[in-house]
Amino acid sequence: MSIDIANEPKMTWTGAKTIVDPQRSIRRGSLYVAETRIKKMLKWWKSIVAFGLGNPTLYLLSIGIGIGSLVDSSLGPNAIDGVNYLTFLAPALLATAGIQGAMDEVTWPTLEGFVWDRTFFSMNATAITGKQIVNGVMMAAMARCVLQVFLYEMCLLAFGAISWQSVPILLLVCSAAGLGFAAIMLAFSASIKDDDDGMFALVGRFIITPMFMFSGTFYPITSMPIYLQWIGWISPQWHATNLGRAMSYGMPIEPWLLILHWALMLAMAIVGFSWAHRVFDRRLSK
Amino acid sequence: MPKNAHKDSKERHRAVAAKKTKPEAMIIAKGLTKTYGDFKAVDSIDFTVHRGESFGLLGPNGAGKSTTMKMIAATSQRSGGELTILGKDPNSNGPEIRAHLGVVPQQDNLDRELKVWENLMVYGRYFGLPRKWLKVKIEELLEFAQLTEKRNSKTEELSGGMKRRLTIARGLVNEPEILMLDEPTTGLDPQARHILWDRLFRLKEQGVTLVITTHYMDEAEQLCDRLMVMDKGKIMAEGSPAELIKKYSSKEVLEVRFGSANNAQVAKELKGIGTRLEVLPDRILVYAENGEKCLEQIVKKGLHPVTSLVRRSSLEDVFLRLTGRTLVE
Amino acid sequence: MSLINTSVDTAIAIAERRSNRVGASVYSGRSRVVLERGYYALKSSTWMVVASGFVEPVIYLLAFGYGIGQFITGSTDGNGNPITYAQYIAPALLATSAMNGAIYDSTWNVFFKMHFGKIYNGMLSTSMGTLDVALGEISWALLRGLAYAIGFMAVVASMGLVPSLWGLLAIPAAVLIAFGFASVGMGVTSYLKNHQQMQWIQLVMLPMFLFSGTFYPLSIYPQFVQWFIQALPLWQAIELIRGLTLGILNLTMLGHVAYFVAMIIGGLFFTTRRLTALFLR
Ligand SMILES: Nc1ncnc2c1ncn2[C@@H]1O[C@H](COP(=O)(O)OP(=O)(O)OP(=O)(O)O)[C@@H](O)[C@H]1O
Ligand SMILES: [Mg+2]
Repeated sequence: MSIDIANEPKMTWTGAKTIVDPQRSIRRGSLYVAETRIKKMLKWWKSIVAFGLGNPTLYLLSIGIGIGSLVDSSLGPNAIDGVNYLTFLAPALLATAGIQGAMDEVTWPTLEGFVWDRTFFSMNATAITGKQIVNGVMMAAMARCVLQVFLYEMCLLAFGAISWQSVPILLLVCSAAGLGFAAIMLAFSASIKDDDDGMFALVGRFIITPMFMFSGTFYPITSMPIYLQWIGWISPQWHATNLGRAMSYGMPIEPWLLILHWALMLAMAIVGFSWAHRVFDRRLSK
Repeated sequence: MPKNAHKDSKERHRAVAAKKTKPEAMIIAKGLTKTYGDFKAVDSIDFTVHRGESFGLLGPNGAGKSTTMKMIAATSQRSGGELTILGKDPNSNGPEIRAHLGVVPQQDNLDRELKVWENLMVYGRYFGLPRKWLKVKIEELLEFAQLTEKRNSKTEELSGGMKRRLTIARGLVNEPEILMLDEPTTGLDPQARHILWDRLFRLKEQGVTLVITTHYMDEAEQLCDRLMVMDKGKIMAEGSPAELIKKYSSKEVLEVRFGSANNAQVAKELKGIGTRLEVLPDRILVYAENGEKCLEQIVKKGLHPVTSLVRRSSLEDVFLRLTGRTLVE
Repeated sequence: MSLINTSVDTAIAIAERRSNRVGASVYSGRSRVVLERGYYALKSSTWMVVASGFVEPVIYLLAFGYGIGQFITGSTDGNGNPITYAQYIAPALLATSAMNGAIYDSTWNVFFKMHFGKIYNGMLSTSMGTLDVALGEISWALLRGLAYAIGFMAVVASMGLVPSLWGLLAIPAAVLIAFGFASVGMGVTSYLKNHQQMQWIQLVMLPMFLFSGTFYPLSIYPQFVQWFIQALPLWQAIELIRGLTLGILNLTMLGHVAYFVAMIIGGLFFTTRRLTALFLR
């Protein structure tokens, strides 16, 4: 018995010098990262589509139509903004879909990349930099965000909750909200220490849920006590909701507020990106 | 017994001795099989482990060692055959059998949410041991694992070797009758390795039965009374280290290198030298009673190895012979 | 140092005492040790995470009960007496949070322990049995559930949303409900392999939450939909607790209780079998 060296598997070896083009990977690193992430996402496309369509439909049925019927019959002719509750609610739920879609790709997956299977470290061991990982992850997250918002819009159209003319502008509004929030959440997720997975529970309870509930989603922000209204001011959810309502059924809005809504969402994205770049670089070189 | 009265006293003595030390079987496996889907990870193996014995499992990666260990540890149910541990069937008496066992799995499965001390305490409590007794025991174990200073660290903060030592200490917390160690010293530094060998040796002296898998042949030679070499789920050979070496190898081995491109070519010319040739990708092993003589023969043929080395035959040679990858006789 | 001493028999003796009883292959009577482990783990975890478990239902209550509640008039209890919208949904949120808490503890937490922490591998290489693990883990979930139910009831009662003294019984009822969900949830979790599949649990819980008479009476649905919803555990739970907090008692409540007892027994049986299949095979 012996090892058959004639049939030993041959390992070819050209050397990184000739096969890796460093300039090219510097230029395209983010795309490589995005590619990996999107491939991973595609593995779950069924659940992503199911959730993208399922979740909103359920909320629409239960809150938009169920609670909506209570509200409409209680208010009669004095309806909020003079439209039925479903129409009032639709832009808000759409904003939630955008934010949720983007966020799902930057929270747990980031913990996975840094802690569980440490893929970010192995990416970083190639020519890819921390900033490129951030950009790539965000590209993938935004792909998911746009897809999810689009699916939701189709759903809303079917219920007659939005008009088809408002589809493109609402898509833009909700993606901007998703971008701003996801960038900040990405930086935040990356700052969570290895053994602190409980942090997400806290963020969920004290940030995401209140943001969802108190940002004028289910009723105008002005019908809340004044000491709760600030939640809306700092939340992308409210900015996107308010913009969305103006675009969808022509809710009256001051021009300066219109600009402010856009500006704040973009500011969040800028802050989020630069924070995320810093955190990633620091953590990867630790 | 008049019939035997004429037998000489020496023989009679031996018979008595044999009866006295008639080994008690702790683990009996017959036709033991484990399948994952269609794949037979362990393929109908028979073996017996006796009380106080140190039993080693050797074999290449994927041979089925860990699978066998898990079945013995009553944490994996067999797919076929019979398995008796301390006279009981692990399928129906799992918790009871596991009370007798100390298990050190190949991959540490410490409780990440607990600190070092808490890991030992909770594990002991799983056996139902009283807290008071455990408190004393844990001090002993911490000292044994040299982790006294780390008692309040989270397990994540331990180095790889420290985790390993903690896992081993944890396996001792119930003072097991059978200690199952799956590659116990992987990741340990030489000093920790020797300390562990020493401790295991002492445990054995106190009557603990050891079942060990390892990829270190020196460890197997040091620790094991009896070895079982497995490959592809089957038993290839069984015996004491010395027996195996005697049966499957020669007295000496000559290792010669001709550069990896030339070995195959040269090997053909070496035919007939020594009792057997083993051609590895990087060197050629010549098995013989006298290595120096073979080297002379080679040089006489006009072949000049880049390096050459004569050494005593070891378990490593047995291992290579029994589990070589392809058959080219 | 001697690693062997006189009490070498302890672990064995303890195990042998049980060896001839029914179920010895899965139960060693030590599920409380899982609680001890939980206590140690809790000590070094972030207390805020644990303590704030009942914050979410309170936020829902504020947003829906008081927020949307401003726009809703004409809610009634089962007997047709007028109540506020907040009073209507508060018991439903308690039932939902009992469900969510139990499911969270028995799914996400268990999922992590199973696949990432490998904690059950460790437990089951000792003389613990699979039923010990299942019962222990579920009891731990219940202790937390109990604490949250008390916390939520304290908040809700101080807002005047529990008009009846019977409402005190809502706390044990919440624990019963949590027990039912936890025992089934843990078994289901054992089938799931990754985060994405874990999300499917959410896809079952969310519609239950949204449609089980949480926010409005079932009467707006056609009859066959009503029957379907009435068969779901969350509807049973909400009816039970709403009856108690509003002080409207009747015999159908025993039916709700029986529903959960059945769920507990079935769930435990199923979970134990699954754990055995997973870790001892
Ligand atoms: N849970 C499982 N499912 C499917 N196949 C498995 C499983 N566990 C082990 N195997 C397969 O069974 C075979 C034996 O595995 P085992 O872990 O027993 O090997 P081993 O001898 O311990 O190897 P090593 O030296 O690498 O530890 C391998 O081919 C492995 O792929
Ligand atoms: Mg192994």
